[in-house]
Amino acid sequence: MSTLTGVGIGRALVVGPVLRMPDRLPEPPTLPSTIGPDSEKDRVTGALAATAQDIRARGEKAGGKAQEVLEAQALMADDPTLRSDIDTRVDNGATAERAVFEAFAGFRDMLVGLGGYMAERATDLDDVAQRVIARLSGVPAPGVPESDTPFVLVARDLAPADTALLDLEKVLAVVTSEGGPTSHTAILAREKSIPAIVSARGALDLADGTVVIADSSTGEIRVAPDEEQLSAARAEGARRAARASVPVGPGALADGTRVPLLANLGSADGVDAAVAAGAEGVGLFRTEFLFLDAKTAPTVSQQYAHYAKLLRGFPGGKKVVVRVLDAGADKPLSFLNDAPEENPALGLRGLRALRATEQILRDQLTALARAQSESDADLWVMAPMVSTVEETRYFVALARELGIRTAGVMVEVPSSALLADRVLLEADFASIGTNDLTQYTLAADRLLGSVASFQDPWHPAVLRLVREVGRAGAALGKPVGICGEAAADPLLAVVLVGLGATSLSMSPSALGDVRAELLQHTREQAVALAEAALGAEDAAGARAAARALLPV
Amino acid sequence: MPQRTVVVASTHGLHARPAAIFTQAAAKAGVPVQLTKNGKSVNAASILGVISLGIDHGDEVQLSVDGEGAEGVLDELEGLLTTDHDA
Repeated sequence: MSTLTGVGIGRALVVGPVLRMPDRLPEPPTLPSTIGPDSEKDRVTGALAATAQDIRARGEKAGGKAQEVLEAQALMADDPTLRSDIDTRVDNGATAERAVFEAFAGFRDMLVGLGGYMAERATDLDDVAQRVIARLSGVPAPGVPESDTPFVLVARDLAPADTALLDLEKVLAVVTSEGGPTSHTAILAREKSIPAIVSARGALDLADGTVVIADSSTGEIRVAPDEEQLSAARAEGARRAARASVPVGPGALADGTRVPLLANLGSADGVDAAVAAGAEGVGLFRTEFLFLDAKTAPTVSQQYAHYAKLLRGFPGGKKVVVRVLDAGADKPLSFLNDAPEENPALGLRGLRALRATEQILRDQLTALARAQSESDADLWVMAPMVSTVEETRYFVALARELGIRTAGVMVEVPSSALLADRVLLEADFASIGTNDLTQYTLAADRLLGSVASFQDPWHPAVLRLVREVGRAGAALGKPVGICGEAAADPLLAVVLVGLGATSLSMSPSALGDVRAELLQHTREQAVALAEAALGAEDAAGARAAARALLPV
Repeated sequence: MPQRTVVVASTHGLHARPAAIFTQAAAKAGVPVQLTKNGKSVNAASILGVISLGIDHGDEVQLSVDGEGAEGVLDELEGLLTTDHDA
């Protein structure tokens, strides 16, 4: 038996056979055809038809929304325009593989050129192309493998298109040889509560069918264990699974200290799923996603309709924290800020952009106040990317003027965290956005892959800033929430509570794991975990220091 | 050749799902159907061709059908284009 080690995500222990995700196919060479156009065309006909049939069969099995997407993919494989493009290339001497590759690439560029929603469909077209070429070359199709029995998926890294097709019933855990704790795979794993181990070097050498024990709490993968180890692992896995399935209820520590668990939402459509997962309210409602496609600012009545629907989902005084429009580097809003900037993350974004076009902010606050007056939900409104006390004062005064009862700010910039004692004198509450706080603290653009390793909220510098805000909140009796990827990491969630967070907000699917983890620790233990993490010199050290305090 | 001008009703234009519904109907018609926007014509049975026109909500397009039963095919396809499939 050998052991591989990576970075674990989650706290599960699973046992199962490995299934490798085939790598993407190399580009077919431009060698001339040796069998002539007619034979190449026959091959194309066969491969396209078989691919379309295969995709339709998967669609029928999947049903629902997935079937619609797959049917559109089957239509792409059947497409007459594409076919005549392929035939022209074959007539000019290309092999079937090369002609298919080039023809699909041409349409792919066209889709990307159309932008927006259509550009996202380019990945669907890529997937079809890969399947056709795989069939022509007689190799397995790339993408998530299919199996009737549950398996441990092993891949180099997962692309968004792959993860959309993951059958969560069948994938016990995901193991990748690349990608870090903030890779797409890691984010997906946290969001969907799939145990994952990323950055596990050597994982690609595992053969299909090899049985492994994957422990996502330690990041260890034990390869080909003996019977005794297997039965011990199965028992331990069942014990952890039972712990994770604590009944839905209010978030609390082992000693009864209440830690409300709230949901991050981008649309009122997600309300039912959030309530079902046990969300006690909403800790971050991202209003910008309602309007990303808009070319002009949304009107008061359009916005009011959305907010009213949202608040109806949380009757009886439940808390709903709405963030006003946050135009940013990762989500530009053309009607707010259209000017190209060298450093968008440091530019006219968040509250700065709203202030530059104050009418948009006034309209939004007016719409929110109207929705508030017709609902008994407890509406809190906060401003994004506040970096000074003066900005805090400005926003809170404007919100009050327009009828908002509870107005606060997001702490995403180190300056606000360092001056939290003064910021919280003005604001009713603070909510820490850990993703941006990490990017600004470590001066690493979170959209830039080459500096992705810096984007880790376990970094003690980030934790120290959280402590500043927690202390200020405690001294002034003001709530300090966390909304951001960090709150969805169960152990980090405990650390954040130890640093003074009074509520946690996350994607609804993460609520169960976090609720279960909180129940394992008393307030005193949470503080001890936080102290241990603060004492480390980097993110990995903080994680290890906190884990070292956990009972075995 | 029988022809008709139609204003597209789908909220998000003729993309993805509405385009799939439309091309499937055009393919079933059994006669060649052309879809034209701003002078550019494509085979209406080709989902990639239809998508490449970048048709948005409210755009004006022309349908041309050749062959037997052209008027009936035009009626059906016009009906699809004037339905909001995103609603």
